[in-house]
Amino acid sequence: MSVQTAWQDDLYEVLRKSNVKIFSYVPDGGHKTLINRSLADPAVEAITLTTEQEGVALAAGAHLGGVKSVLLMQSSGVGNCMNMLSLISNGQFPFLTIVTMRGEFGEGNAWQVPMGQGAPATLEAMGVKCLRADGPNDVVPCASAALTMAFQSRMAIALLLSQRLLGAKAF
Amino acid sequence: MNKQIKPEAVLDRREAIPHIVGDHKDFLIVCGLAGTAQDIADLTKESANSFIFGGAMGGALMTGFGLALAQPNRQVLVAAGDGDVLMSLGSLATIGAHAPKNLAILCVDNELYGETGNQRTHTGMGVDLRAIAEGSGIKCAMEIRHASQFGEAARALRGVGPVFVLVKVDGGPSRRHPRSWDAVDRKLIFRRALLGDNPPDGK
Repeated sequence: MSVQTAWQDDLYEVLRKSNVKIFSYVPDGGHKTLINRSLADPAVEAITLTTEQEGVALAAGAHLGGVKSVLLMQSSGVGNCMNMLSLISNGQFPFLTIVTMRGEFGEGNAWQVPMGQGAPATLEAMGVKCLRADGPNDVVPCASAALTMAFQSRMAIALLLSQRLLGAKAF
Repeated sequence: MNKQIKPEAVLDRREAIPHIVGDHKDFLIVCGLAGTAQDIADLTKESANSFIFGGAMGGALMTGFGLALAQPNRQVLVAAGDGDVLMSLGSLATIGAHAPKNLAILCVDNELYGETGNQRTHTGMGVDLRAIAEGSGIKCAMEIRHASQFGEAARALRGVGPVFVLVKVDGGPSRRHPRSWDAVDRKLIFRRALLGDNPPDGK
């Protein structure tokens, strides 16, 4: 039931203008546009993962090789990343993930609540700074800030796309 | 594979790994933690073409894959122990699915968790990592149990990827080298050697 809106294409353009060339992902409806555009773009690698922690380790390898990458996941995937974030923290690798949030505004599936509610605190505990987009006008400025913080200031950044922005799934 | 070789024959890692890897400068190397880290640190003397984990178990395969994507004209070698690979079986599937031509994996399998008191791993209980790699879509997947296979393994690591070479070793010790535990320093050394002073993704 995802409605494609302009901010999703704008987000892809911002990432590409910053020369992000590797998009790794565990799929989520909220990431549909980014995933499809990266798959269709011959200038980038779109890498589907079996679990989100693979994308954390992939990001470190991409940086060793001089290429910018982004990891796309939903909030339930945050929990799968925890110890692998040691690699990012200990090596001070630049790291950018875009997290579509579940378990918050209007969530109707209780299974999504624990990890969705816990995602920001656990990311911060492992040294990943969270930026949050609550409305369509927040997305591009937050993405630009996240890109600068990650790749210029060598920070680990999670851009959280809130459930209020994405719309709660009906159950 | 030579049919006269008894399947139970296993190798001394201190001899097998240098023979199989050969000239390490042929590769960009990502190495997982524990005994394999010691083997590779000794072989390379931690040269600038190597990045060696000291934690984040299960990450070496995907870090090697990320490096292979970023450096398509270089051959990337991932070395990792059986415990490390068992913790990242999904990464074999990811690598098999995307089939990077410039990625080779050397799995040093002693069937033990050597850092924590030599507890038996799944590979000592019937789990076949070579078969899992093959079943994950890594078509070139071989098991090395005898010195007569070293040449075949060395060629495979330099061939078209993805490649998975499992070397069965006994429970004996690794070679030792006083390795660095400073991942920031190692990252900067690696990048500067590979990318120069002005890398495309910033200094």
